[in-house]
Amino acid sequence: MATVFIPVAMRPLVNHQSSIRVDAPTVRLLLAALNETYPGVHERMLPNGELTPGIAVVINGSMSPSGLATRLHEQDEVHFLPAIGGG
Amino acid sequence: MAIGDQPKYKVIGTRPIRHDGVDKVTGRAQYGADVNLSGMLHGVIVRSPHAHARIKQIDTSAASQIKGVRAIATAADLPHQGDRIVELGEGSANMRHLSANVLARDKVLYRGHAVAAVAADSIHLAEEAAKLIHVEYEPLPALLDVREAMQPDAIVLNDDIRTESIGAEPAADQPTNIAKHFLFEKGDLSQGFAAADVIVERDFDTTMVHQGYIEPHNATVLWNADDRITIWMSTQGTFSARHQTAELLRVPLSSVKVVPMEIGGGFGGKISVYLTPVAAVLSRKSGRPVKVVMSRADVFEATGPTPGSHIKLKIGATRDGKLTAGEAWIAFEAGAYTGSPIGPACMCIFACYDLPNGRVEGFDVCVNKPRTNAYRAPGSTHAAFATETLVDELCEKIEMDPAEFRLRNAASEGTRRVDGPTYPRIGMIETVEAIRDSDHYRSKRKGKFRGRGIASGFWFNVGMKSSVSATLNGDGTVSLIEGSTDIGGTRTSIAMQLAETLGIAAEDVTPTVVDTDSIGYTDVTGGSRVTFSTGIAAIEAAKDIQRQLLEQVAQIWETNIHNVRYESGGVSGADGQRMELAEVAAQVSATGCPIVGRGTSGKQTQGGAFGTHCVDVEVDPELGKVQILRYTAAQDAGTAIHPSYVEGQIQGGVVQGIGWALNEEYYYDDQGTMRNPTYLDYRMPTCYDVPMIDTIIVEVPDPQHPYGVRGVGEVPICPPPAAIANAIYDAVGVRMTQLPMSPPRLYQQISQRDSAE
Repeated sequence: MATVFIPVAMRPLVNHQSSIRVDAPTVRLLLAALNETYPGVHERMLPNGELTPGIAVVINGSMSPSGLATRLHEQDEVHFLPAIGGG
Repeated sequence: MAIGDQPKYKVIGTRPIRHDGVDKVTGRAQYGADVNLSGMLHGVIVRSPHAHARIKQIDTSAASQIKGVRAIATAADLPHQGDRIVELGEGSANMRHLSANVLARDKVLYRGHAVAAVAADSIHLAEEAAKLIHVEYEPLPALLDVREAMQPDAIVLNDDIRTESIGAEPAADQPTNIAKHFLFEKGDLSQGFAAADVIVERDFDTTMVHQGYIEPHNATVLWNADDRITIWMSTQGTFSARHQTAELLRVPLSSVKVVPMEIGGGFGGKISVYLTPVAAVLSRKSGRPVKVVMSRADVFEATGPTPGSHIKLKIGATRDGKLTAGEAWIAFEAGAYTGSPIGPACMCIFACYDLPNGRVEGFDVCVNKPRTNAYRAPGSTHAAFATETLVDELCEKIEMDPAEFRLRNAASEGTRRVDGPTYPRIGMIETVEAIRDSDHYRSKRKGKFRGRGIASGFWFNVGMKSSVSATLNGDGTVSLIEGSTDIGGTRTSIAMQLAETLGIAAEDVTPTVVDTDSIGYTDVTGGSRVTFSTGIAAIEAAKDIQRQLLEQVAQIWETNIHNVRYESGGVSGADGQRMELAEVAAQVSATGCPIVGRGTSGKQTQGGAFGTHCVDVEVDPELGKVQILRYTAAQDAGTAIHPSYVEGQIQGGVVQGIGWALNEEYYYDDQGTMRNPTYLDYRMPTCYDVPMIDTIIVEVPDPQHPYGVRGVGEVPICPPPAAIANAIYDAVGVRMTQLPMSPPRLYQQISQRDSAE
């Protein structure tokens, strides 16, 4: 099971948990599973069916180029963070 | 000096002469302004004299009557974008905003905002015609202060902006200047501050500063009769420029080709396009190629500097020097449209430390200034100025050596940042140790009004995508084709990695940076990524060459491929046969198939890089002038491919940081007019202002790169402002909390302190 870290603004929706363990094969399905338990997750995380522009899927500290399609493995940590570029 | 286990390489770690060196020192290198095509026209942009105004009418009739004027363009010539968000390689962009930034449609949002353009037979005719384009404005109040812009009753710049926040309830349908809000928390903040013996707290301000690249933006565009568009330009990313231009013109991506010219600096400022869509429209209307080159004032007023900021910071620690909690509130001036580096700033502000309890809140706020853009470690220098200054104050209060304090609290492998992720193997501790043990830090401070300061800094470094191809020539040399525009010597650092993998000399590799039709997709040169990511692609290309060679040599030796191996710059067989690469290349060239290696990268991400700096200053208390006496910068480079270039990057970053610390600022009047848009008045440091910057290359290899590379370009700009602020305090006892710490500002602080005493 992967561990998803909950954005602070969404914690009230998930009983103030900061992280939740979820069994899902991809990030998109992880959010779907969360949404089943905590309705409203989809609306907040995927307002138009996709992540808010500028937000990256981060797996174990690394921005994933596959985004919501990223495949998850046991012990993976999932974060949703500002995308990083550089100068 | 190097720390850590360093594998021995033949090419990596040496200092060959850069492949593009001769052309650059002899003046033969071709830059964007050198482009000269048959029948080429010259374009000039008409810019707003107001910081905020509604465009009521644009009258181009007088200009169009001038003989030699071939085309005039306004926003009406650009396609409408609608509500489109497009991923452009290094982040997404609101296309409506990007288009309006290129040519304003209804409102101008900063002085210098482009409103029209004209192309004529000569630059002089174009300038004369531009003066005759009459724009009728309805001036509006200018909003220049980030905190004012956040007030509920502030005038709103963009009526389509609503506050975005990760995971939050949908924002109220109310226009606002606060485009983004970030919030990160770790641990229990109240408990953390309750456990602190000492708490320090201050507000910090920084002003807008520019990257200060020497070469102005330029673009020459030919919109051909077959609707294929060719662009010659100075850019950090040809593929990003192609994508932006195609989206802004709403033409197929494949109809645009971007040819990279040499680039005279970028530092993040040459990623967004400003001129290409305008020159393209002028070319389409005139049927001729059009060249546009910005003036220095255009560059200052109308490109993308880094934002000014307001930061409130509070940290607490125990008497024995352990951080217990930290809280940050950061507001960045996004400029006219959303997009400041507030996200990275939030993620960087406590990144150097293992902070058990933290809270960081950040805001991206629109004001009537140019739309900001990336600048070397975007957002991290602002953050480091606040954190590292306050850490120094904390050290003073608990009477602890600042290097020792940093060592007790330094982030290391496994440390969880306040924004969530944990670090892989990193070298923060090693850079502090390098400074602590340096001759500089161990030397005695001498003299009145002299002081010493240290500070650390962090930047993520990114991976992203790169492509290369490499052709083995008949003489055993390699022609290396790449898409990464070369700003800091990356032709050579990439060629060296290919050479190392093939076991040949760096001089036997000829690297060429080519256009978007001639190489696979390659992301921008930015994020300290090229030596890491394009380097991986080059290593893969070299391995591909090896594979192809083994197949052909096995055929020549009439043996199974498993009986041959590539080693030490040649092929060896199981029965003692041996052919050097040049021999194999000659034979294959004569009798076999051409050998062309290909390599791509995109899955790997860097582990991040740290630097710690030490500076000695002397302050003239009667003038407020600061002289840098000695400067030493230690930085984790992972593995230094070309140590001279690593040193050069560190020195360049430090000097930019010194400029940001002491003099550079956008000086606005209350109408929103920048009063210093030239290098005479925008004071950047020269060689007369800085001593030799001593460098210490620390090597903690990044396990995600085959040779352990970490990007080195960005980190060195982060620590200087805080290190210098700390040195100033050590010298004259004044805590500076505003950048730049220019003579009048420092003099004022010293005078106020003296008056109070």
